[in-house]
Amino acid sequence: MSHPAYLQHHFSHPDQQYESSKLGMWLFLLTEVLMFGGLFCAYAVFRAWHPEMFYHAHKMLDVTMGSINTVVLITSSLTIALAIYSIQNNRQKDTVRYLIFTLILAGVFLAVKYFEYMHKIHLGQLPGKYYTYAGLGDNNPHLFFSMYFIMTGLHGIHVLGGMAVIGWVILRARRGEFSAEYYTPVELVGLFWHLVDLIWIFLFPLFYLIG
Amino acid sequence: MNLANTQHHIIPLRTYFRVFIALIILTGVTIGVSFIDLGGFNMVTALIIAGAKASLVAMFFMHLLYDRKMNLAIFLTAILFLVIFIVFTMFDTMNRDDIYRIKSGEINPRGIIYKNIPKNGPEHQ
Repeated sequence: MSHPAYLQHHFSHPDQQYESSKLGMWLFLLTEVLMFGGLFCAYAVFRAWHPEMFYHAHKMLDVTMGSINTVVLITSSLTIALAIYSIQNNRQKDTVRYLIFTLILAGVFLAVKYFEYMHKIHLGQLPGKYYTYAGLGDNNPHLFFSMYFIMTGLHGIHVLGGMAVIGWVILRARRGEFSAEYYTPVELVGLFWHLVDLIWIFLFPLFYLIG
Repeated sequence: MNLANTQHHIIPLRTYFRVFIALIILTGVTIGVSFIDLGGFNMVTALIIAGAKASLVAMFFMHLLYDRKMNLAIFLTAILFLVIFIVFTMFDTMNRDDIYRIKSGEINPRGIIYKNIPKNGPEHQ
């Protein structure tokens, strides 16, 4: 009976190993949804308390930059899906190419975020007691920017983490460790990256597009 | 038993590109709609579109439509508890004023519930 090198001894079959890994990843994603969920709940409460303030404060965000970042993240979701498609068809070189492209798009996202953050820091539109901007007449405008920085900041940390694990699978893919038979790490990193995209899909309208 | 033979469902390329185009169109729609004042439906519309985009990503990019249903069940469980968490918190924070108004009146010692307490009871020493 042949025994592939990637099959760990506590699994009886590659299928079992693959499905178990994926199940574990989905359980991890569940905890991620709930962690961001706490922040979404805080957002809902503050917005319900101060609807006018949220409306005025959101005008300080740049819709163009937010839209660019949305398209960048959706495109990166496509490229990492194509990386998995390529490895399912045993095309290792295409996999590496699509993963590198995903990494570049993640970098673009963070660069845009960097310019947005710098602009806000420059104006003093900062969270909590660091808020010094005088251009908004409403009560408690710092609450909006507290939520903005914490939620996009935690999301940004996830982008950084995603870039680290994408870099890791690029190195492994270049060494030829993945094939159509075994590509679980690529698939799981893909799932994580899609979750980062999913969260941004909600952050974008909630912060940039308050009607 | 051939241990190296694992067949996974491969989603055709055109599905990926169709989903991608749908996501870009929905992004355009949500930006466009945000400049139209729909009154109370602004947030509802934005969340419905975001939900549609999230479903597309989860079902096709994350393969949930083709996976074992256990993974979908886990994901939906997370969403369910998130909704319970937020909805019940909103029930509380949006209705707290009503409760405070009822409770905030001065205590009337002649109130009907105090009638049976003897005058030399601990409250009236």
